[in-house]
Amino acid sequence: MKERLEQLKQEALNKVENAESVQNLKDVRVEYLGKKGPITEVLRGMGKLSKEERPVIGQLANDVRESIAEAIETKQSRLEDAAMEKQLEEESIDVTLPGRPVQIGGPHLLTSIVEEIEDLFIGMGFEIKEGPEVETDYYNFEALNLPKGHPARDMQDSFYITEELLMRTHTSPVQARTMGARNGGEPVKMICPGKVYRRDTDDATHSHQFTQIEGLLVDKNVRMSDLKGVLNAFAKQMFGAEREIRLRPSFFPFTEPSVEMDISCKVCGGEGCSVCKGTGWIEILGGGMVHPNVLEMAGYDPKEYSGFAFGMGPERIAMLKYGVDDIRHFYTNDIRFLEQYHKA
Amino acid sequence: MLVSLNWLQEYIDVSYYSPEELAEIITKTGIEVESVEPVAEDIEGVVVGYVQSCEQHPNADKLNLCQVDVGQETLQIVCGAPNVAEGQKVAVATPGAVLPGNFKIKKTKLRGEESNGMICSLQELGVDEKDVPKEFADGIFVFPEEVEVGSNAISLLNLDDLIIELGLTPNRSDALSMAGVAYEVAAAIDGSYELAEEKVKTSNEEATDYISVVVEDTKANPYYGAFVIKDIQVGPSPLWMRNRLTAAGIRPINNVVDITNYVLMEYGQPLHAFDYDRFGSNSIVTRRAKDGEVMETLDGQERTLSSDHLVITNGDKAHAIAGVMGGAESEVQDDTTTIILEAAYFHPSVVREASKHHGLRSESSTRFEKGVDPNRVERAGYRACELLERYAGGTVLHGVVTHDELDRSEKTVTVHTSTINDRLGTEITNEQMADIFRRLQFSYEQNGETFLVSIPTRRGDITIFEDMLEEVARIYGYDNLPYTLPAGASQAGGLTMEQQLKREVKAYFEGAGLHETITYSLTHKEKATMLVSPEVEKQAESPVGLAMPMSEDHGYLRLSMLPELLESLSYNVARKQENLFYYEVGTVFISEEEQVTKQPEEVLRASGALTGEWVAHPWQQEKKSVDFFVAKGILEGLSKQLNLPFTFEKAKLEDMHPGRTATVSVNGQTVGFIGQVHPKLQKQLGLKETFVFDINLEVLFNEYQKEEAFQAIPRHPSVSRDIALVVDEDVTAGAIEATVAAAGDPLVKEVRVFDLYQGEHLEEGKKSLAFRLLYLDPLRTLKDEEVEEAHNRILESVKEEHNAELRG
Repeated sequence: MKERLEQLKQEALNKVENAESVQNLKDVRVEYLGKKGPITEVLRGMGKLSKEERPVIGQLANDVRESIAEAIETKQSRLEDAAMEKQLEEESIDVTLPGRPVQIGGPHLLTSIVEEIEDLFIGMGFEIKEGPEVETDYYNFEALNLPKGHPARDMQDSFYITEELLMRTHTSPVQARTMGARNGGEPVKMICPGKVYRRDTDDATHSHQFTQIEGLLVDKNVRMSDLKGVLNAFAKQMFGAEREIRLRPSFFPFTEPSVEMDISCKVCGGEGCSVCKGTGWIEILGGGMVHPNVLEMAGYDPKEYSGFAFGMGPERIAMLKYGVDDIRHFYTNDIRFLEQYHKA
Repeated sequence: MLVSLNWLQEYIDVSYYSPEELAEIITKTGIEVESVEPVAEDIEGVVVGYVQSCEQHPNADKLNLCQVDVGQETLQIVCGAPNVAEGQKVAVATPGAVLPGNFKIKKTKLRGEESNGMICSLQELGVDEKDVPKEFADGIFVFPEEVEVGSNAISLLNLDDLIIELGLTPNRSDALSMAGVAYEVAAAIDGSYELAEEKVKTSNEEATDYISVVVEDTKANPYYGAFVIKDIQVGPSPLWMRNRLTAAGIRPINNVVDITNYVLMEYGQPLHAFDYDRFGSNSIVTRRAKDGEVMETLDGQERTLSSDHLVITNGDKAHAIAGVMGGAESEVQDDTTTIILEAAYFHPSVVREASKHHGLRSESSTRFEKGVDPNRVERAGYRACELLERYAGGTVLHGVVTHDELDRSEKTVTVHTSTINDRLGTEITNEQMADIFRRLQFSYEQNGETFLVSIPTRRGDITIFEDMLEEVARIYGYDNLPYTLPAGASQAGGLTMEQQLKREVKAYFEGAGLHETITYSLTHKEKATMLVSPEVEKQAESPVGLAMPMSEDHGYLRLSMLPELLESLSYNVARKQENLFYYEVGTVFISEEEQVTKQPEEVLRASGALTGEWVAHPWQQEKKSVDFFVAKGILEGLSKQLNLPFTFEKAKLEDMHPGRTATVSVNGQTVGFIGQVHPKLQKQLGLKETFVFDINLEVLFNEYQKEEAFQAIPRHPSVSRDIALVVDEDVTAGAIEATVAAAGDPLVKEVRVFDLYQGEHLEEGKKSLAFRLLYLDPLRTLKDEEVEEAHNRILESVKEEHNAELRG
């Protein structure tokens, strides 16, 4: 009996080994492990065996069954894997075909620059203030030490709507409004970005509408060295730590002393080239200590309070930083321009 | 202001510095040097030649054959200039010379005759056409007799000079003169300069015997000085003076005019010369012009005057508009022998008024408009007399006839060293302060750390402490200020809720696939009223217009961003860029007044314009052009982003497709619209199907409520059921949805259309709409019967309200 079982085992294992499909394996299972199979047959004849032999043969028969079952299982999973492999091979694709495009938009370059500057100054504790684009003559000029008939008004030829209303020529009126709202008692630390308008014929370097960002800090004991420190911090973050800044005297009716700030030329590193017209420096913004008349008109005592203000043009910064060669690009909205500056 | 380096060098020694270094120093101390340029390109080999003979070319009518002595040799030169003549001293470009424009001079033959060089015109030597004296405009330049043959013509003509261009800010009119520049440079380089004293030999005759002066408006004209100079011989001015005027950008004319211009450039004081014999009287009366008074100015124009203008008269007729331009009648001419020389102080505003009114901005008017130095007015007159004596043969009569109420006193400003340091953040000592005032040539009285500084009248821009603060800072050097950070109480910087929401909305649109654009706020009148959202239209009386627009295209403030956005689309489509998905966030300007008297309301809105292929993935058969629902989906996303339900209602709006347009409202308020641009307008703009939206962001931001409390995640599963309903064609999905939601409340959490069908197997005029309903009770699992009951209720309601049948 023992021999018979061993023989059956060998037979079955051979058939498993040679099986070529899952169906072959099923047949093997039915043939050898089924109720009518030879092993069951062997077990049925156990009655003829002695008491001692019975458990030995029983055990052996079970072992044989298990061995066959296990072999079937192993073989089956091998066959299944092979089948899947084959199927996956058939599912193969050309990975170089283009993917389904995702429609991606993005911010306008000026917005990116304005927000970058905003965030930089927010980091230094400034708040963002906004104001109307149609301004009164008072806030646009008079409150900024530019009384009617002042020759410096010519520097900012304006679009008037009525004698008292005009398109603001700078964002400075937001400063005057903010200071005025504080009743001369509290410090002001603000940035005001926005659109401004001047009577200029649109060409490569002029635009009747453009963007400005101005900053203002009014407090007790504000020094000109503070202006220098803040602008230095700004310039290094905005343009790179390796850039130098230089302040030189200038004139604005709303500041005294007034400054113009240059940064060292990126192209030549200060040696002088065509970009910086041979000077090694590029003019980037204007500013100064708030004129006492401006403080006074806003209700601050210029003996007690002092402050600084500065202003810059994001278009100019964009033109310098990215080499944009025509200011009209910012307002034409050519898709080929817009798409160039969609950074995350 | 154009500054000749050679001229400046005569006043103050700057030779220690290279021109670039000097420019840098001047810029850093206060006046921006815009450029340093040579007068002419590098030229060599041009010498003074003497025309020994000049005969007609044997083979050419218009050419001359000249023998020219250039020092070492005599050259035969063929010259075509009409004014060449024997005995002239001329500029000769010898063979090997290179003229501007890389023009090389070579020995050559012209019509068979040898020509060994070229006799030059000023233009050929690089002088600007406008600076060339009229007599030499159409021919060669002729030197005065005294120049030496063979000497360097380039330096004689000052063409080797460098011109420093100063960009003057309006406050620094003191530097509108060579003297002023010299004072500034002296302070900058710590050099020394003082305006030299005038030396005039006067005759025994008294000027008062020739002329009297009456001033009617002393406020407008606090000083008027008249000098009388006889025996004038009008002719060319000396070469050096002509050179300097040319360098300053002024065309030389004749000695009398050149001298007044020269003193203008030297002192910054405009002067005017009248022909005494043509003046018509011996009495000068300055007065306000009469309204409608007419005079002819030097340029031959008839000018109509008004009482805003000041005129110089002979007691009857106006002979000059004060500070602006002289009259034609008493203009100095070749036969003039006696002149009245005017040196006056006219008030800036009266000159500005006249120059603006007549559109006559001149070297004179700009200086008067900014205020001339009261202490230099009369001195300038004497300086001109000195030069007229020397270079125009003039005899200066004794005395100057004046009307004089001019304030020439110096203002004072008190400065404390400690206050200066507090404001600058510096540690400047009293000694350094004193040194700065010395360099500026400001006199002062010192008492410890207090300085009482007298401001020279040439520096009319300095009136208050802060002006002195700037003077000290700039001479001390902006470079030497330390870097500090503000010490005051710090505040937390940040964005307001609106500013944050604005950034979020923009980020949303960009994530949704739109490009941000920025268009002009000022637009054409027609566009200002186009595609205006109904609620804006209701509020706005008419678009706000500029008083004096520069062009019709930018004359009115927009009530909608859409017209300019569509313009941007057209621009791109015309350049074959056809898939455009644009949005803009900006303000529109709403005035409720017909005649604007107060600031319009500025409302923040978001507009979008979409055209072209939204999905372009052809190889997998996925292609989709923009349609209404692409645009609507973007707005629905915004609604989700802000957690504000938007309601869309079909509407008919001007310039919009009548069947594909809807208004958008939030909490019962109309906030904007969405739809397809009317095909007629599309065609006009060269656009294919284009969809737009325009929505008021301010209302959205006001309605927005930040969700603070945590919403529990439902633990129990939802149950979904689908229903397909057959309804009449004109029943809207929105209407059914609303009915379903109302009838299903509170268990139905979501109703979503998933199929729309019309056609075969359906009755004519009917359509089938299928909805997926989501039932949920967050607190427990729903029982089948409950869902069933609600479902039946819904079916009854839609049947009742919309005659909807369950599709079999």
